[in-house]
Amino acid sequence: MLAALLKGLWTTLRSMFEPPVTYQYPEVKRPVRDRYKGRHYLQRYDNGLEKCIGCSLCAVACPADAIFVESSENTDENRYSPGERYASTYEINMLRCIFCGYCEDACPTEAIVLGHNYELSFTNRRDAIYTKDMLINPVSIAGQPTPMKVEAGQFDRAIPEMEDPK
Amino acid sequence: MSSSQVKLMIDGNTLEAPRGMLLVDAALRAGIDVPVFCYHPKMEPVGMCRMCLVEIGRPSRDRQSGEFLLDENDQPIINFGPNLETACTTRIDEGWVVYINSERALEGQKQIVEFLLTSHPLDCPVCDKGGECPLQDLTMLHGPGISRFSFHDKMNSLKRVALGELIILDRERCIQCARCIRFQEEIVDDPVIEFSNRGRSLEIVTFSEPGFDSYFSGNTTDICPVGALTTSDFRFGSRPWELNAAASICPHCPVGCNIILNTRREVKMGGSEIVKRVLPRQNEMINEIWICDKGRFAYSYAMDSERLSQPMIRVGGELEETSWDNALKVAAEGLKQSGANLLGLAGGRASNEDLYNFKQLIQGLDGVSMLNDFMAGGKQNQQIGLGPGSNLGDLGVGDAIVVIASDLLEEAPIWWLRVKQAAERGAKLIVANARFTKLEKYSAHTVRYSFGDAPETVLGMLHYVTGDSSLNKYAKVDGQEESARIIKEATNAVLFMGSEGSDSESSKRLVQACGSLLAATEHIGKANNGLIPVWLKNNTQGAWDMGLTPPEKHLAEEFRDRTALYLMACDPFGDNPEMLQELPQDAFVIVQELFHTPSVDRADVVFPAQSFIERDGTLTSGERVVQLFYPAVSPHGESLPDWKILARIGALLGVAMESTSAAGVMNRIAEDIEDYGEIHYRELMNREDQWPPVGGKQIYFGGTAYENSQGIGIRLSSRAQRGEAYEPVWKESPKKPKGEGIRIVPIVKLYDQGTTVLPSLLLAQRIGQPELVIGQEDADRLLLQNGAQVEVQWNGTAHQFPVAIDNDIPEGIVLLPRNRQLGLEMPMACNLTPVKPTSKEKGE
Repeated sequence: MLAALLKGLWTTLRSMFEPPVTYQYPEVKRPVRDRYKGRHYLQRYDNGLEKCIGCSLCAVACPADAIFVESSENTDENRYSPGERYASTYEINMLRCIFCGYCEDACPTEAIVLGHNYELSFTNRRDAIYTKDMLINPVSIAGQPTPMKVEAGQFDRAIPEMEDPK
Repeated sequence: MSSSQVKLMIDGNTLEAPRGMLLVDAALRAGIDVPVFCYHPKMEPVGMCRMCLVEIGRPSRDRQSGEFLLDENDQPIINFGPNLETACTTRIDEGWVVYINSERALEGQKQIVEFLLTSHPLDCPVCDKGGECPLQDLTMLHGPGISRFSFHDKMNSLKRVALGELIILDRERCIQCARCIRFQEEIVDDPVIEFSNRGRSLEIVTFSEPGFDSYFSGNTTDICPVGALTTSDFRFGSRPWELNAAASICPHCPVGCNIILNTRREVKMGGSEIVKRVLPRQNEMINEIWICDKGRFAYSYAMDSERLSQPMIRVGGELEETSWDNALKVAAEGLKQSGANLLGLAGGRASNEDLYNFKQLIQGLDGVSMLNDFMAGGKQNQQIGLGPGSNLGDLGVGDAIVVIASDLLEEAPIWWLRVKQAAERGAKLIVANARFTKLEKYSAHTVRYSFGDAPETVLGMLHYVTGDSSLNKYAKVDGQEESARIIKEATNAVLFMGSEGSDSESSKRLVQACGSLLAATEHIGKANNGLIPVWLKNNTQGAWDMGLTPPEKHLAEEFRDRTALYLMACDPFGDNPEMLQELPQDAFVIVQELFHTPSVDRADVVFPAQSFIERDGTLTSGERVVQLFYPAVSPHGESLPDWKILARIGALLGVAMESTSAAGVMNRIAEDIEDYGEIHYRELMNREDQWPPVGGKQIYFGGTAYENSQGIGIRLSSRAQRGEAYEPVWKESPKKPKGEGIRIVPIVKLYDQGTTVLPSLLLAQRIGQPELVIGQEDADRLLLQNGAQVEVQWNGTAHQFPVAIDNDIPEGIVLLPRNRQLGLEMPMACNLTPVKPTSKEKGE
């Protein structure tokens, strides 16, 4: 019994001289794994058009009913996405979200991607609802902001081909 | 076993079914779904899509005796053909052995799905049909997991082809089943869409101007088995699985079509529910699985931002918003002070509960209550209307239908459809009107009388039935004798009576004459026999049943000397601005309304009422079917249902009324009104198995129409059916004043400029400018050409309209669509003056 006690104390004594494993969050952040599922980002194509086509499949796949989508029709004067339909409202309630990634699985255009940001804190429930403006990626240097005016007949598919639309 | 029944075996189940029934229907009765796309139970089969391939084995027969050949085990020898056959075009016969789910049949079905998918785009994530799509469902059930065809070889065609403002076609998604084309041709006889080209280039085109010009076009989107046809109001509006469904009753005409309001929460409504679309709800006794485009598209008024949302009182000449308590107090005070000579005027748009409470309140205050209408017939409908067991769908060979003084297609499109179909089944249709209506195309007999002579025409028919010689002076129009004979010989006869060309006095004579005709031919007191008044409003019959009747005198005379006026769901000052002068300046006016109408401008107290989508209640259709509608969305602003507002005023004035719920009001009605003795909300929620089954598991069978699980309503019995004697009376026609000049006759157009239609941006495009229809003789005399402006004066007011010349209109008559602000409820004398185009217009 005494041997076991000494063995335990030896472990304690030894760890006193080892470097600490604690991260000094928030000054120091532990890197997450590549496939970590943090908060969502709505993706854009390089030319600036949104990948989201407003199909609501993420909303129906969501086990926590955290996603709300309203869709509208694109026109050539006001084009948001290359297809016929885009999400005019896109909201995720981060209090409800369980970060399961089912929305990402369900998305037919790879528009919603769970990123590495896990720093979600709110002081009221309203702030927990992330709107489309908060979720969507900024436009890349090569792209234009949406809605954009395009030539008539340039986009004639309901769902774009998955490569970058020309 | 009767000879008309045959025995056959489907997938090992033996069943009996009528000989000649389509195999697909027989299988469904046995509980086996045959997958179909082009087949629809309401239409003739065409066998275009080949989806319903099955194996059919027929017993071999001895050529001489016709007996079945038996094998060594004494079993009939069954011959299976070399090919699979389509179940939708094959009519069953004795001794068949059918395999629907055999390996060979399933393989055939699988290949058809694969073939259909070769040129069907992968739009499911954005397609409006996705989630309720027969092709999607059948692909999941019967389709192969992979295709042998390359995705890049798919056909690409136009994605957004607007067939009209209402219906949008996606050419790529069409699987060429022709359901829409057949619906337009076979069912509603509006063949405005057709296939063009052939083979892979086959596409649907419209050749009407404006595109897809049909009152029933929305139904094609319901029965489209893919997302090729979509309605423009719902386009990309929501996914079908996100929608809630509330059962309702269409508020636009007296047919009372059963509908579903699909709702969901939306950001633009601040997170509250909004109606996204209207779909039909099956009721084979009323509307089958169809609704007209007015019912489908004219719902947005209920969510219009212009709706009244707060009670208002007049303070220093201006209307100011106030609280309910204050407004009710002011209203009660006003009624106490100046309610000595109170007139209550209600519209036929309100529900039975509203109208009952309205009658109670006005009666309790010793006032006079009336219905804002002029057409007679509510009493006769109670006496000799259609009773329980009636169904226009049952009328056929040997029966007769009379439509008099009504343009059914414009006034009640679904009745038009049902009458047309009855005529096609063999019922003899008699159309009596002063002008050509589209229903004449299906009539066995047409009676054309001069405008205003409808009662005399019916009395002339009565002469030929009874031989009453005092009536022979009315027997002067062609076809009366023949019509009388048809009605007399008919097994069942239904008479639709409209108000076209009638004023309140001649409408009374017309309904008496119609009643006498039905009584003389013994077509009363039985199911499928009797009178149906074609009301101008949806619940006019309910108003009659609640004890409200049209004014005896002209409304203007009723308004004179009134100290107070209570208006509910009607707008007499908007209908006729002249009426403002008839009401004393100091009369106290209370208005319960949805919108800020001209009557609201005259009001001292205004109460915002709830529309049909926000509340529950019952409506009584022209066929006297009491039906229940349910709340679908939360109330607009602070609005309250009409019955509740009345009950709250009643409480302040000491008139006891039911104020808890609409169901509670109905219980009072049941105690008070004999005909409604059996009506309670619980009974109105009755359901019945209907054929064909739609909306259940077999969604590909009937399209997106909903199954009716919320109540098919109760048909009230007529007094004649309960054994009460009907005393036929008719009046001699008064001498017609001569030399009146031109008479202007109001007619009904389906898309009118009413408060319920105008807010619908889609239908507003179809309304167009009202035109004055004029005969050739008058046009020639006034040197008018099509489209020329003309000034019309009647009753001291002048209006300008473009004219449309119609050869069918006799001299001395002009027609004008009913409209607000015109003061043209009944036919009246008018003056026409052509408007000289200004020199600038001439130059253009």
